[in-house]
Amino acid sequence: MFNPQLNTEGNLKHLLTIEGLPKRILNQILDTAETFVGVAERDIKKVPLLRGKTVCNIFFENSTRTRTTFEIAAKRLSADVINLNVGTSSQSKGETILDTVDNLIAMHADMFVVRHAQSGAAHFIAQHVPDGISVINAGDGRHAHPTQGLLDVFTVRKYKPDLHNLRVALVGDVLHSRVARSEIHALTSLGVPEVRVIAPKTLLPVDVEKLGVHVFHDMKAGLKDVDVIMMLRLQNERMSGALLPSAQEYFKTFGLTQKTLNYAKPDAIVLHPGPMNRGVEIDSSVADGSQSVILPQVTYGIAVRMAVMALLGSGYPSSLQAAGGQPSQTGQPSVGGGNGVNSNTGGSA
Amino acid sequence: MKIHIKNGHLIDPKNKIDAKHDVFIVAGKIAGIGNMPDGFVANQTIDATGLIVAPGLVDLSVRLREPGSDYQATLNSELLAAVAGGVTSLACPPDTNPVLDEPGLVEMLKHRAKLLNLAHVYPLGALTRQLEGKLLTEMYALTQAGCVGFSQADTTITDTQVLWRAFEYAATFGYTLFLRAEDYYLAKNGVAHDGEIASRLGLKGIPAAAEALSIASILRIAQETKTRIHLCRLSTAEGVDLVRQAKKQGVQVTADVSAQHCHLTDMDIGYFNTHANLKPPLRSNRDKAALCQGLKDGIIDAICSDHTPVNDDAKLLPFAEAEAGATGLELLLPLALKWAMDNKTTLFDAIAKITSQPASILGISGGDLSLHADADVCIFNPQTEWKVNAIQLKSKGKNTPFLGLDMTGKVEYTFLHGQIIYAQV
Repeated sequence: MFNPQLNTEGNLKHLLTIEGLPKRILNQILDTAETFVGVAERDIKKVPLLRGKTVCNIFFENSTRTRTTFEIAAKRLSADVINLNVGTSSQSKGETILDTVDNLIAMHADMFVVRHAQSGAAHFIAQHVPDGISVINAGDGRHAHPTQGLLDVFTVRKYKPDLHNLRVALVGDVLHSRVARSEIHALTSLGVPEVRVIAPKTLLPVDVEKLGVHVFHDMKAGLKDVDVIMMLRLQNERMSGALLPSAQEYFKTFGLTQKTLNYAKPDAIVLHPGPMNRGVEIDSSVADGSQSVILPQVTYGIAVRMAVMALLGSGYPSSLQAAGGQPSQTGQPSVGGGNGVNSNTGGSA
Repeated sequence: MKIHIKNGHLIDPKNKIDAKHDVFIVAGKIAGIGNMPDGFVANQTIDATGLIVAPGLVDLSVRLREPGSDYQATLNSELLAAVAGGVTSLACPPDTNPVLDEPGLVEMLKHRAKLLNLAHVYPLGALTRQLEGKLLTEMYALTQAGCVGFSQADTTITDTQVLWRAFEYAATFGYTLFLRAEDYYLAKNGVAHDGEIASRLGLKGIPAAAEALSIASILRIAQETKTRIHLCRLSTAEGVDLVRQAKKQGVQVTADVSAQHCHLTDMDIGYFNTHANLKPPLRSNRDKAALCQGLKDGIIDAICSDHTPVNDDAKLLPFAEAEAGATGLELLLPLALKWAMDNKTTLFDAIAKITSQPASILGISGGDLSLHADADVCIFNPQTEWKVNAIQLKSKGKNTPFLGLDMTGKVEYTFLHGQIIYAQV
């Protein structure tokens, strides 16, 4: 089957899902992101790669956080940015997705960043835009959130550069999580040898092991000898009902606390895509603790999104080199909220 | 009018004929098979050399979209599609708008169809009012108006007390119930088979067990109340097994499968292809294999098109928001032939699944070419290869997962009451 994300030369045309993307492309994005980490540390936080281009954030489902990071990423690349919260405007008046998209095409947008509550919405839009317009999936239903998956592996790679020697556990609501699916594909595609999911049976999709993961239903066994813990957000509406009896019980059984964290390797790092439910899936002492890399994730998220946009929008890498982006040579960063505990020396001293 | 269909290969499963025979039609009826009736002088002769002469096809599930959804399709457009597909008798489910739960609506539909004089339309009445699963309809009056059975279309009666009563009441008069088995709660909001594909695509799944659970309760109640049940659109291997067991135990049950499900699986959803959004969902390869084998073993009695014309707007949406269904009348014959070919069974078998068998389930005349029967005939070329293309489909629905694919077998002539109502140009 043809891959809708690649053009005839095998280069990235749209970013819709990590599944099916060749390792070469994933590494290209991550390596490009590496060059953008430094941009934010400069006085002038801009490179002119997308000057004159218009990036359109179409959010059929509200999200301030993700939209903001895409907006910052686009602006740092010198693009013009339009934000459209369709959830609150045209769609409620009965306009179809394609009508909305057609209107924006008529306004000469060059790139769409799309979020939608339905799985497949980004593929659907990508099938209907003319050549030359790229679509970036910023989250579609339960299906995919590829930039989140990429920024998570980017973060992992920063702290644990040898991906071929890692044990990673995803904890929580995999069933409803597009982040989990994208993380799983990113990790397995990049050669992480063991990816685990830890969740109650009600929060796991059918045949999840066919995605290449090992399934656990308790934290002690699941976190044993793990290098990286990726927490997943539990939506409010799923905390009580037929999926789970209560948030308290969930926290008791699958919450990440200092105690459960100790089942993992002493230098394990903790990620969370945000926004966090403190006291539901993660204890504050862990979220703010020395092993947490949750805030660096946010910072790296901008670099990764810049990389995706640059690759899609500017015929990178030739133009990027001309624009003066230099690989950052910051090396391996330290873990934790300013505590400066190096991951090599173990975080939970 | 006297018509001589000569040199064709006649396949008439009901009469167990599979041989070269001429067919003679006089005044809309079959007047002779093989032997020319005395004094026969043809007004018209059709040369069927190299063609198959079969009874007009009988389709167990065709949504005509009237009344209520004329923007999707009309009686006229869909009956033209029917005869272009060789279908001369069809049953339509009651999920129109308004629902077919009033004798007046059924009479009107029958009347309008009769005026068009294209194919026989056999409505299935709603089993419960508004298909809500609460109050029984006037089944006797609906039958008088022309219903040949009762159905809940794609809805389910969740209240087992109502289900039981509906079975008992229908059994009182010997009516057949046409039910699609699916547990309401397990299927709620689901759009795909609950398996690896749905998990990968992040689509809400419908477990195969949703069908099995529902079949189990339907069969149990049918056994208890001695009701004649037809299970519509089986989709799972487990469903086939349950029907196999029930038939062994003597339960009065028959079953059909849609032509789509004989050939496609959830893999065909690909990158969220909304044409593959069907009810029931396309299931796994193992399920597909069991359906095909079940057909071959006679556990599944018929293939239907499950014709559901959907306009483009309703398909141009994200997968889960798109309307389910596929246009199918014009693909029923080639897909049945393909089933026979893929499963190493005979043309005769394939024709039986779309003529005599469905006619017997509906309890209607048709589906055979017996002497003195109405001359509803389908003449087709089993070798013609053609590509499914939206413009050439007569149906107003252009929505099918087979768009762009090659089919083998094409209708050349369709006769209703001995009149040519379709001829391929």
